[in-house]
Amino acid sequence: MSRLQVVSGKGGTGKTTVAAALALALATEGKRALLVEVEGRQGIAQLFETEALPYEERKIAVAPGGGEVYALAIDAERALLDYLQMFYKLGGAGRALKKLGAIDFATTIAPGLRDVLLTGKACEAVRRRDKQNRYAYDYVVMDAPPTGRITRFLNVNDEVAGLAKFGPIHNQAQAVMRVLKSPETAVHLVTLLEEMPVQETADGIAELRAAELPVGNVIVNMVRPHLLDEDALRTAAGERRTAVAKALSQAGLGGARRGGLAERLVDPLLEQAAEHAQRVELEREQRAVLARLDLATYELPLLGEGMDLAGLYRLAKELRTRLAPGGTS
Amino acid sequence: MTVSGTDTGTDSNTATSTGATTGDDAMAATPALDIDPLLDDPATRIIVCCGAGGVGKTTTAAALGVRAAERGRKVVVLTIDPARRLAQSMGIDELDNTPRRVKGIDETAGGELSAMMLDMKRTFDEIVEAHADAERARAILENPFYQSLSAGFAGTQEYMAMEKLGQLRARDEWDLIVVDTPPSRSALDFLDAPKRLGSFLDGKFIRVLMAPAKVGGRAGMKFLNVGMSMMTGTLSKLMGGQLLRDVQTFVAAMDTMFGGFRTRADATYRLLQAPGTAFLVVAAPERDALREAAYFVERLAAEEMPFAGLVLNRVHGSGAPQLSAERALAAAENLDEGGIVDQGAGNAGVRDSSAPSPTAEPTPDETSDSQGGSEGQSGTRTVEQLTAGLLRLHAERMHVLAREQRTRDRFTALHPEVAVTEVAALPGDVHDLAGLRAIADRLAAREAVEPVEYDRSDQPVG
Repeated sequence: MSRLQVVSGKGGTGKTTVAAALALALATEGKRALLVEVEGRQGIAQLFETEALPYEERKIAVAPGGGEVYALAIDAERALLDYLQMFYKLGGAGRALKKLGAIDFATTIAPGLRDVLLTGKACEAVRRRDKQNRYAYDYVVMDAPPTGRITRFLNVNDEVAGLAKFGPIHNQAQAVMRVLKSPETAVHLVTLLEEMPVQETADGIAELRAAELPVGNVIVNMVRPHLLDEDALRTAAGERRTAVAKALSQAGLGGARRGGLAERLVDPLLEQAAEHAQRVELEREQRAVLARLDLATYELPLLGEGMDLAGLYRLAKELRTRLAPGGTS
Repeated sequence: MTVSGTDTGTDSNTATSTGATTGDDAMAATPALDIDPLLDDPATRIIVCCGAGGVGKTTTAAALGVRAAERGRKVVVLTIDPARRLAQSMGIDELDNTPRRVKGIDETAGGELSAMMLDMKRTFDEIVEAHADAERARAILENPFYQSLSAGFAGTQEYMAMEKLGQLRARDEWDLIVVDTPPSRSALDFLDAPKRLGSFLDGKFIRVLMAPAKVGGRAGMKFLNVGMSMMTGTLSKLMGGQLLRDVQTFVAAMDTMFGGFRTRADATYRLLQAPGTAFLVVAAPERDALREAAYFVERLAAEEMPFAGLVLNRVHGSGAPQLSAERALAAAENLDEGGIVDQGAGNAGVRDSSAPSPTAEPTPDETSDSQGGSEGQSGTRTVEQLTAGLLRLHAERMHVLAREQRTRDRFTALHPEVAVTEVAALPGDVHDLAGLRAIADRLAAREAVEPVEYDRSDQPVG
């Protein structure tokens, strides 16, 4: 199991939720996982129903079995100042740079520097060891930018290393790239069983592979159960209308005669069934596309009541059972 | 209530059949967003679609473009990063940074539609070429720092989208421009772009960066004081001398162009604030998307941007809102039992039978298994199974409706003044003009998807 788990996915597929559930799932048996947010949206705080996260690693959840999940919302500016302090002891000069607008320039305008800082901080957490020389975190899970930007985001250090051909930025970028391109890292893509997200997932995987970044799994989120099989759906059309009306009536939903309460339900119910059938067919096609990607695929159910903390723990449980058998190191 | 004979359970059936009004007045008070008057008004010159990723922003922009063109406007749609098949549906799968006429539009009303996809690097290069002499332009275009910057790191997309919008407006060939916004980390970054550029250009940092180049350029002007040289020393140490030199060369070469950059960025910002612009916030009835939408609404207000309303995509409806989820599930269970145990009068045990809690996961496998097993058996059992399946499906739909209603109510409670138009969910994705038209019809439909009364018991406990 790679120690840096990067979770990306098209917007709206629930990658923050999946990242959080994954962190909970990995934090078993006393293990420690750090959940990292890089886009400043405070999605993790909202998910865990806590106040906005500061730029500091703090415990936000205890997993079943005693594991711990820490969370960190990385702020590029603070990360840069930290970095300056850590490597150059630039306390005063750091402040002067900030006053000049250099920090602002570096974190918002300078190409890629912001992404260097974000990935750099995550990799630092991966490599960090405590006094007993044990890893500070068993796993670091990153709620990463969306699929469309993930390759560029992770690969930024390569680009920067090319831009700054030597010097400290160059060295830092290279060190980060060594972690990101190693088996220590796995990049997962979250998708829905819909055409656009699946297409984006396929494109994203091709890009990641081309950039030699380690692709992990595809996680299909919000999978809805198929409540009717196809045979049933075919029968649903036409000639069974009267029989369905009778059955509805028998179940206590009103009269089966023309205009009766049960009879009036038949058309809308069959229409919903037809839509369902169409969706089932589309999902079948999308599953086939995903199968061709030749990657392990996990499915997570749609939680009917919407996402809340209880739902998050449920998803974590789902992920844990799936991770358990294949949990190679 | 008096309709039929066998309906022993009508009471709870009719309890909800008042249907069309919602339990919450919040939604009823929500003003409707009328799309057609907005598209038809010649004073509307720019429509900006913004919203979180994955809510159908680009599709909405394209659908608005198609509709406006077929209603007689000369429209150009500027998309930032369209899904491939959506781009193909408008015939703009080549990324050449120029508006292309979309074929297949009904132009009888005198309108037309063009569409283009933003090419960041091309846009940036064009600015350089247009505003610098040939030699300087070449120096900039070949600068490694520039090449990385223009290839699309965070931020560049927002500047270039605004730049392109300004260019399209200045050409004055179209009377309506529909813009899709970049899928940025904060989707309103494009509003900050001009200010950010301004603060950088006004800042001391740029002077520090440019100082050595200037000294080199104008020998003898030794205005570089000790503090400055210390600072460049620090920068050099941090960035490496070669990168710092690249940046310095870039900044020096761009020096003459910066003023123009800022002037245009400011002009575009003012253009966005002008009355001819309409911002539409696009969202789906999901918690996160609506939370982002609320943020956009507040942010647009703070920036004094003309906000027209909210487009709520992918809203579900049901043709049988009078049948609640609980009742549908109870009836389904009843039918299942009826199929196994011979139980003529069906409803006897409904009230206290432990119907699965509405939020519990249905059991699709059992359903389909038993259906598979029942092949070849007598028809009645299959019909009961089928009907039970239809009812479970309906229960699921009603739960979706209830959830969407709750998230919408939450938004409406925060922003009761926001005009909303709802777009009913389509089962599949859009690939062609017909699909875009269908979306546009739904966008412009005056009736909202009927709000459905849901049982309070649908609410999660706590």
